[in-house]
Amino acid sequence: MKQIKLTIDNKTIEVPEGTTVYKTAKEMDIDIPVLCYMDLKDLNIENKPGGCRICSVEIEGRHNLAPSCSTYVSEGMVVRTNSMRVINARRTVMELILSDHPKDCLICPKSGTCDLQNMAIKLGIREIPGQEYAEVSTYRLDTSPSIIRNMDKCIMCRRCETMCNDFQTVGALHAVNRGFQAVVAPAFEMNLEHSPCTYCGQCVAVCPTGALTEVDHTPKVIQALSDPAKTVVVQTAPAVRAALGEEFGLKPGTRVTGKMVTALKNLGFDYVFDTDFAADLTIMEEGTEFLDRLTRHLKGDREVKLPILTSCCPGWVNFFEYHFPELKDIPSTARSPQQMFGSIAKSYFAEKIGVDRKEMVVVSVMPCLAKKYECQRDEFKVDGNPDVDYSISTRELAHLIKQANMDLVDMPDSEFDAPLGESTGAGVIFGATGGVIEAATRTAYEVHTGKELESVDFKQLRGMDGIRSASVDFDGLEIRIGIAHGLGNARKLLEEIKEGNSEYHAIEIMACPGGCIGGGGQPLHHGDSNILKARTKAIYEEDEEKTLRKSHENPYVIKLYEEFLDKPMSEKAHQLLHTHYFGRKKKVFEV
Amino acid sequence: MSSVKIELRKDQVEKIHAFCDQCGNEPGELINILHRTQEEFGYLPAEIQEVIADKLALPVAKVYGVVTFYSFFTMIPKGEFPISICTGTACYVRGAEKVLSEFKKLLDIQVGETSADGKFSLSCLRCVGACGLAPVVLVGDKTYGRIAPDDVKEILEEAGGARTRGQGD
Amino acid sequence: MTNRQLRIALRNCGSINPERIEEYIAGNGYLSLGKVVTGMEPKQAIQLLIDSGLRGRGGAGFPTGLKWLYAMNSEADQKYVVCNADEGDPGAFMDRSILEGDPHSVLEAMAIAGYCIGADKGYIYIRAEYPLAIRRLKIAISQAKESGLLGENIFSSGFSFDIDLKYGAGAFVCGEETALIHSMEGERGEPSLKPPFPAESGYLGMPTNVNNVETLANIPVIFEKGADWFSKIGTEKSKGTKVFALAGKVNNVGLIEVQMGTTLREVIFDIGGGIREGKKFKAVQTGGPSGGCLTEKHLDTPIDYENLVANGSMMGSGGMIVMDEDDCMVSIARFYLEFSVDESCGKCAPCRIGNKRLHELLDRICQGNGTDADLERLRNLGEVIKDTSLCGLGQSSPNPVLSTLDNFFEEFESHVRDKKCPAGVCRDLLEYFILEDNCVGCTACARACPVGAITGERKELHVVNTAICIKCGACMEKCKFDAVVLI
Repeated sequence: MKQIKLTIDNKTIEVPEGTTVYKTAKEMDIDIPVLCYMDLKDLNIENKPGGCRICSVEIEGRHNLAPSCSTYVSEGMVVRTNSMRVINARRTVMELILSDHPKDCLICPKSGTCDLQNMAIKLGIREIPGQEYAEVSTYRLDTSPSIIRNMDKCIMCRRCETMCNDFQTVGALHAVNRGFQAVVAPAFEMNLEHSPCTYCGQCVAVCPTGALTEVDHTPKVIQALSDPAKTVVVQTAPAVRAALGEEFGLKPGTRVTGKMVTALKNLGFDYVFDTDFAADLTIMEEGTEFLDRLTRHLKGDREVKLPILTSCCPGWVNFFEYHFPELKDIPSTARSPQQMFGSIAKSYFAEKIGVDRKEMVVVSVMPCLAKKYECQRDEFKVDGNPDVDYSISTRELAHLIKQANMDLVDMPDSEFDAPLGESTGAGVIFGATGGVIEAATRTAYEVHTGKELESVDFKQLRGMDGIRSASVDFDGLEIRIGIAHGLGNARKLLEEIKEGNSEYHAIEIMACPGGCIGGGGQPLHHGDSNILKARTKAIYEEDEEKTLRKSHENPYVIKLYEEFLDKPMSEKAHQLLHTHYFGRKKKVFEV
Repeated sequence: MSSVKIELRKDQVEKIHAFCDQCGNEPGELINILHRTQEEFGYLPAEIQEVIADKLALPVAKVYGVVTFYSFFTMIPKGEFPISICTGTACYVRGAEKVLSEFKKLLDIQVGETSADGKFSLSCLRCVGACGLAPVVLVGDKTYGRIAPDDVKEILEEAGGARTRGQGD
Repeated sequence: MTNRQLRIALRNCGSINPERIEEYIAGNGYLSLGKVVTGMEPKQAIQLLIDSGLRGRGGAGFPTGLKWLYAMNSEADQKYVVCNADEGDPGAFMDRSILEGDPHSVLEAMAIAGYCIGADKGYIYIRAEYPLAIRRLKIAISQAKESGLLGENIFSSGFSFDIDLKYGAGAFVCGEETALIHSMEGERGEPSLKPPFPAESGYLGMPTNVNNVETLANIPVIFEKGADWFSKIGTEKSKGTKVFALAGKVNNVGLIEVQMGTTLREVIFDIGGGIREGKKFKAVQTGGPSGGCLTEKHLDTPIDYENLVANGSMMGSGGMIVMDEDDCMVSIARFYLEFSVDESCGKCAPCRIGNKRLHELLDRICQGNGTDADLERLRNLGEVIKDTSLCGLGQSSPNPVLSTLDNFFEEFESHVRDKKCPAGVCRDLLEYFILEDNCVGCTACARACPVGAITGERKELHVVNTAICIKCGACMEKCKFDAVVLI
């Protein structure tokens, strides 16, 4: 590629043609501030509307300043990122943005991790001229089961719109109105609850301010923990342990499983269990369902639907319920690990320890915001009592630990409690894209062929590409597997199914980029996709270190079937571990 | 944007579908479809936007985003006599603002609103290209030129015998 | 009328029946199209246009021939020609007049453009508020098709070209070409960054050439009479004529077309017949809502693209509003800002929030609450908005403020320091006063006053208590003797 020579702040550099001024400066360690710009390069997500104008630079020969995020280098270009003209403009624009932003940083959920706040600090803004008579835009607060929209804090960076439309193809959020009234909102500025929102939380994950945040359930958890009458049980999802450390300054990809368990025990949870256990259980049910459908299909049963789709991602479940209601009998009926756990905890385990389910509080720690909605669904309640009472995100757990004056970094390691704390490597890899289907393959292969796998690593199923496909040889039978992460990618596979062109036997779908490790409840990645890669690596390392790596070898899962459930897909298993789906889309007038 | 709740009849939905079909159900034709629909119904309530979004396979949020971007589209039905005051520059320097405040005063509504009896709605537009007649007021298709605040009452009475504020209450 | 008036773009307006193609053809219509498609290479034709010196009449004045050349050089299977007829400048209506009076000249020019850049499809993006222009365009297109002047194999040259209409829906920003293209695609009309220019990636991602109506209306004559003929008219850098919509406080209002290089004095006093009611000329605003105000000292400046910009205004699409001594320049600046606030698309922060803040500052000043610091802030804010905004709207919206600050600073100072509006427009700075000489003591004013601020015995002088007065103006309306004044 052609090299372009240019000068930035009196230093000369050569970069390939097509590079932006911003990226060139970054290579030279010149950190031009940005607000709206976001580049998740491994996922092909780029947001550069050129809207905030904070990254403006001076280019010799041009009469206006140029946004460095979207200005491409040209031969002989002379750029100044720090002239007084630039600094004055940047400060003035920042003052403008702040003049239309609430000043309640003290109690803002984003305080401390807010890009806008950090920028105000960096630019040393001390006053906002004219604030006393400046009109400030205000909007109705919108609280849904998972996400809070406080659009007073929206700075129109459009990142959420990009995630919701371009990446997820959900289309819940869009820029509406014009000029000073412009804001990102659902249709008719209704609440998210009445929109196609899947609660995937990717809007929250990229929002630079406190405009989009999760519903905070930590106060309820604190209340439950302080109630001596309650037995409080916690489960932690696989992706949490690969990211929680980041909130305490640890390098992305640092595994903190043992430290997290200690912290949870110190917080006073009566039982610290692992969602990974339920992930193993999911594989037993889903894997069996898959083999059942496959066997019937091979026998020529025309009624049976293939491919089977995984169903452990609640964002994804919401997506197909809304956008593809006609395909709602294709996904596995297996509940998600969170819900399987809750169901078993409040039946099998509650019986075992002699606690009434109403006196037991099940808390889940999830990398996900859709889980907050999922645990409130009516299907997952018994006489109005939910199987999982509260779902908190990785970020909320970090806050809770910090509130308790604990530093995760210094924690000793502890083991999960028995019996619902035991898991195999297969359960761990649920946290990364491709992990569920790999776990299912490990079990399905051995059950179907009756042979032991030589290697449990199915590397062909791993990776970061949005849509991946691979074949696995089931002893002469070729099983074709599809994997998608990101709902936009999922949509493509679903369209194929709808048109009858799908070549797959089984498909894994995760709503978030990279799978659960990139979930909407994880520590904010601030646009750095290397963080997602480091978390993925951590997940696979944990899998490799496990002695047991196949779900059907989990001794406590085996015991659970022996003592309680009988066998996968039994009537009891159906009742406790499976679910059904609903078409969610409001019918527009039918002709 | 505020809106009114309505229920569409089957024939109305069919009509909207027909507009979409004539435009090949192309999302790129959204603005043309909105134009034709507003021409037919007078305004674009939420229910209509939902039908269009569904037919073109677009998110409703996007349709709403487009509707609220363009000042020509409205989600509120216009009055029987839609009043538009030109606030273009030529009309402004010749006193359009005073005329506008007289209309607001007599009708007791703001720009973009419709009077409670549904008779009058008030809007501003930018230059009708009749700058020689400034200031200009349009009532429906009828143009009034060189309007002074004093003429406003007469215009309203001529249009519909308006019951203006201060009368009879 | 002086010899400075010359009708090129408006040559047929009013003199032919726009609904009869025969009348257009009779005046050498479609001759140029025939000449170009049967006898000229696209390159050759574009060179002619470059040589003519024609520049875009929609605003920035980019050389039209070069624009065509870029579009021609972009390689693609499909290209488009777009006519920008989203005339949104309040106080400008030349595009509407051309489309209503001479639609074929625009169609012919679009077809020539199509041949030159390699496009077989054209769109006219027109305001939905122009029903007559839309009707005439539809008639013109169907007549041209029937006559074989549009459609397949025009003049048996193998060149085909078709034109459709797309409708605007009331967004001034759609006059900006990238915003216009997004609007054509059924999106919100938000501008996007250039590059890529429409000539590389425009409508549906294909190379697209966008020209304004008036620009196009010049083109058939240029091909008919030659580049030399055209380039001899006007100034060194601005060739040909410009249509202006003359309005405001002049005696003769309406559309005029003058040679580039005509002075403002000639336009306002010779063609416009001077200021109405013998009042004193104060300023002329050119370039629409984002142009600037020019004053007495600019009256003898020849009008061309460069001179207007050098003096803090711009050509824009050719609105020209004349103001007299009764106009308050602070209020005028506020009026234009209100327009920009209304029409900002909201995509970029400086335009979305900055214009709002500018407007608030001007509002304060008009209400008598302004400070010296506010004046400094006005200037800094205006300059930063110009410097950092995404598109032409934001890059020029502070012009009315900056140019009035430059040319009428003392008027701002009066508002801020003396709390007076010299033109007597800003109500908050005025007080009602009853003239002793005119007052007959009829008590009408006192009875009309809703707050009882006027006192006085029958047949004696009445007095306004300014501490109570709410400045509603009811007294002034009721007084039959012109005794109530605002000072």
